[in-house]
Amino acid sequence: MATTHSRTAARFMISPSVLLLLGWMIVPLSMTIWFSFQSYNLLSPGTEEWIGFLNYEFFLTDPAFFAALSNTLLLVLGVLVITIIGGTLLALLLDQPVFGQGVVRILVIAPFFVMPTVSALVWKNMFMNPVNGLFAHAAKAMGLEPFDFLAHAPLFSVTLIVAWQWLPFATLILLTALQSLDQDQLEAAEMDGAGPFSRFIYIVVPHLSRAITVVILIQTIFLLSIFAEILVTTNGGPGYASTNITYLVYAQSLLQFDVGGGSAGGIIAVILANIVAFFLMRMIGKNLEA
Amino acid sequence: MARSVTPRRKMVVTVLAWAVGLLIFFPILWTILTSFKTEADAIASPPLFLGFDWTLENYAEVQERSDYFRHFWNSVVISVGSTLLGLLIAIPSAWAMAFVPGRRTKDVLMWMLSTKMLPPVGVLIPIYLIFRDAGLLDTRTGLVIVLTLINLPIIIWMLFTYFKEIPGEILEAARMDGATLWAEILHVLTPMAVPGIASTLLLNIILSWNEAFWTLNLTAAKAAPLTAFIASYSSPEGLFYAKLSAASTMAIAPILIMGWFSQKQLVRGLTFGAVK
Repeated sequence: MATTHSRTAARFMISPSVLLLLGWMIVPLSMTIWFSFQSYNLLSPGTEEWIGFLNYEFFLTDPAFFAALSNTLLLVLGVLVITIIGGTLLALLLDQPVFGQGVVRILVIAPFFVMPTVSALVWKNMFMNPVNGLFAHAAKAMGLEPFDFLAHAPLFSVTLIVAWQWLPFATLILLTALQSLDQDQLEAAEMDGAGPFSRFIYIVVPHLSRAITVVILIQTIFLLSIFAEILVTTNGGPGYASTNITYLVYAQSLLQFDVGGGSAGGIIAVILANIVAFFLMRMIGKNLEA
Repeated sequence: MARSVTPRRKMVVTVLAWAVGLLIFFPILWTILTSFKTEADAIASPPLFLGFDWTLENYAEVQERSDYFRHFWNSVVISVGSTLLGLLIAIPSAWAMAFVPGRRTKDVLMWMLSTKMLPPVGVLIPIYLIFRDAGLLDTRTGLVIVLTLINLPIIIWMLFTYFKEIPGEILEAARMDGATLWAEILHVLTPMAVPGIASTLLLNIILSWNEAFWTLNLTAAKAAPLTAFIASYSSPEGLFYAKLSAASTMAIAPILIMGWFSQKQLVRGLTFGAVK
């Protein structure tokens, strides 16, 4: 009797969240799908008409789309490589006994709490600026010509900034995983004559593989939607050199007011994210049973 | 047992760890230092590290010129408001799913998580148009609504993982003693759930404070929080490094401090309990 009672109460308690999220997902998403089949520009209201897959055709055959797609992939991959290799090394370092361990941890984690617009502007002006940036000063001190990072290597520069922000996240997760490693197993391997390198390859790496997968999947979800860093550093340029899909859709819809084209781009972004999400959900779902 | 380490080795590792830590922290340190320089010292060549005339005038000027505290207050209202609203909606749901799990609880949880994976550009245009027509563009109310919805899955998941760790036997014992549902919630569960709720609150305020897609796209001048306020420095005129640094330092300081307190919860919250 108590069970029936609490089950009804439970349904009642869960429903607000479910209804809100359902609304948040279905209403705007179906609007985006609807718009994506329309010729609809905010500058010429009243001329909306159904044009089938024409928006998709334009978006997918636009050279900007291919630039944005490859930039998106390069950005995600670049940041993943830097954060996972750097994060593993840092986690191994921070797992050792160190004087002032707490303080070092705090220093390493700090970039994660810096808001994206601040880190992008600080890097852009105070480090990468070709006249007054610290990198320019360093280059001059070594007798080299200062390099204009954001003009000549825009995507690489954005990758560096984003990697700096996400390195703490990877480090923290890998460190947490490392701390649950069974020390006896390592000692046993050492006694059996395994060197530091083979202990790392055969014991540490397999132990970390789950955490690394989690880092890859979660970072990918966030990295596919990088926006603020591009907006304040390069505005996607020069040309389309640092435009990713998120920025392209933003430019199409809110700068050119092309609702139809922007919506088609948005749906394509949703499909891309879904491919990643599929794998992430399977992993987390498995964990839920354990 | 911790493995024994020679003092020499510990020294070497310590030096290395501190060097790497300071290197990673350096951009933040440099920003804080620059915020105390005059504009001329900020771009001096070669750069000045500590030997400059310390001044507070940048802080005063940022406040005077661009009304810093209004944007600060917008950030506070938006991040705290959306977090409290989110908790209000999420606590009952997470409680029910953790203690009265049904056949489909797992599916519901996974589905909630999947909404988090929807890229914001997929719904940017409809939300923008709905907000425009409803008069919600550039209002704090609008941003509270959006941030509540985008963070709701994370809040529910975090609370769920915390609530699940509360032993069910305690509830059964309370029920045996004749406690009603509400007495059970109030006297048994709440005290045990408070630490989890506090961690969730902290992490969610941090995430909302730094959220920079919706805050940039849905605000102009009136409701702009610090993310959007700082972005307005991207096309500056004249000397501005010191002022940019002062504005940046003020924007990140509160969250940096909160963040350091929530390191442990960060891992759990952002991995949806997959890594603890």
